[in-house]
Amino acid sequence: MTTITSPTALDTDLVLSAEGIVKNFGNVHALRGASISMRRGEVTALIGDNGAGKSTLVRCLSGIHHPDAGTIRINGSDVDFHTPLDARNAGVETVQQNLALIEDLSVWQNFFLGREQTRGFGPFRFLDSRAMRSKADEMLGGLAVNVPPVTSKVRRLSGGQRQAVAIARAAGWGSPIVIMDEPTAALGVQETARVESVIKRLQDSGVAVLLISHNFDQVLRLSQQVWVMRAGNAVAGRRAVDTDGDELVALITGAKAA
Amino acid sequence: MNTSTTTTAISVERTTPASVLRDARHLSFWAEHAAPIGLVALVIVFSLLTPSFLTLGNVSAMLAAAAILVILAVAQSYVITTGGIDLSISATMTFGAICFGIAFTAGLGFWLSALVGIVGAALIGLINGLLIAKGKVTDFIATLGTLSVATGLALIFSNGRPISVLSPELLQLTTGRIGIVGYPFILAVIIGVIAWVVMFRTRFGLHVQAVGGSEEAAVANGLSAKRVRIAVYLISAVLAGVAALLLVARVGAAEPAINTSYLLNSIAAVVLGGVSLTGGKAKIVGPILGALLLTALSNGLTLLGVSQFYQPLAVGLVVVLAALLTRFQKR
Repeated sequence: MTTITSPTALDTDLVLSAEGIVKNFGNVHALRGASISMRRGEVTALIGDNGAGKSTLVRCLSGIHHPDAGTIRINGSDVDFHTPLDARNAGVETVQQNLALIEDLSVWQNFFLGREQTRGFGPFRFLDSRAMRSKADEMLGGLAVNVPPVTSKVRRLSGGQRQAVAIARAAGWGSPIVIMDEPTAALGVQETARVESVIKRLQDSGVAVLLISHNFDQVLRLSQQVWVMRAGNAVAGRRAVDTDGDELVALITGAKAA
Repeated sequence: MNTSTTTTAISVERTTPASVLRDARHLSFWAEHAAPIGLVALVIVFSLLTPSFLTLGNVSAMLAAAAILVILAVAQSYVITTGGIDLSISATMTFGAICFGIAFTAGLGFWLSALVGIVGAALIGLINGLLIAKGKVTDFIATLGTLSVATGLALIFSNGRPISVLSPELLQLTTGRIGIVGYPFILAVIIGVIAWVVMFRTRFGLHVQAVGGSEEAAVANGLSAKRVRIAVYLISAVLAGVAALLLVARVGAAEPAINTSYLLNSIAAVVLGGVSLTGGKAKIVGPILGALLLTALSNGLTLLGVSQFYQPLAVGLVVVLAALLTRFQKR
């Protein structure tokens, strides 16, 4: 293995670490023992070419895939995610690349999907839609985007609004770890700026953000730690201040060994 | 078609008389409300053509006749909301009826026999759910298979003969009424109301819609699509078991008949009710109105003296027309 400038195991700021993650889909070796770590209050970037395994790693960290081998630690203790709910309960929120929104449901319903608030007694529990609507309104308002009404169906929203909904959903629960898989890939300049300010705000409040991005400028601007993936491995880790776009490109393509 | 302006507009949807008038200019309005509009149109046409259509006696008879289809349409609506389909629904009803008949003949009494019938039907639903959710068998194939299995079991258990059931409770169920509305229809309405509340006011209902809308997104949000799928096929089968009791009450016997028209009409009612077969858009009132429409259609045609042979033709035309209209639904 290559030596990696990873934080030491004693580092108390280490909020998440994944070690030797392996994931195979039949004969396709999507992850071949990838290791990354994230620190509290930092934006950690994950970059790499298409097919390098970024999204598969994200899906392992968010509980959609179960790794074939390797360990994931959160705040130093081992976790084992079998469902996205496990990851969510352990404090990992994810903005999936496809946003994981349901078009025929309203904004507030998407917000609270899987953690609905109910009221009632015993087995007779009904959705507390009023409470959920106002909470969703509050969470979306914090994003200061051209906020859609929380009662409108996601189908009616623009791409930027959908992104805002997905990000507000992930960011709004006070979770210590937020993963964003290409959150600005489909956005215009203004909307990208808004998403970046949300990322900064999350970081300021002590959240560890994992940012998957193809945009090196953005990565170097926002993140403190960069992990480079190639062919199912995290081949290099760099502090953002110690690297530049040229080096990152070289690491991604393999022109430069880590 | 004027969908480009309506799809981009983001607004809180409220229904006012003015908004209804405005919407009526669009084809999507007619598509969205095919069942109530069709029902009203049918009632008007048939009342003009035959004075006996809108009499208390006939309305009462129609509601009684509609009860089974209403329950099956509600059941089918749950399955179709998840993007599935239950082709075994009428065979499950038949199987439930036979289970009830056998239990009753064995002397278990009405209530225990009813339970046996419903549990028997639920077993078919459980098999459907497990095949589809765990076995990853296509819903169409799985329920086509259990359609045949349930029909076969009903024939085997009953030896191919009707089991006559003489139960005072069943007699009460068919003859009892409040005003002009008989108990069967009241039961169907109660089931409809509960189904509506569960679909639109509970976590489970929201999860049904979510899984139908996008299974991948639902799972990413921590839902268990498997559990939801098994549940909807169970619900469908349990309701088919309840409908089986009404069927036995109506006929006075548990018959191992195939009841294909109930299957087709249950799907037709759901389509008429504006539910998309691709799932995700839940409706309960629409399918109930669709079931009433189909019942009124065959009742009216019978009153007009139209040969029984024309009824499947009429139902078919109405359904195909409704399916064509759904293309213009607002998305």
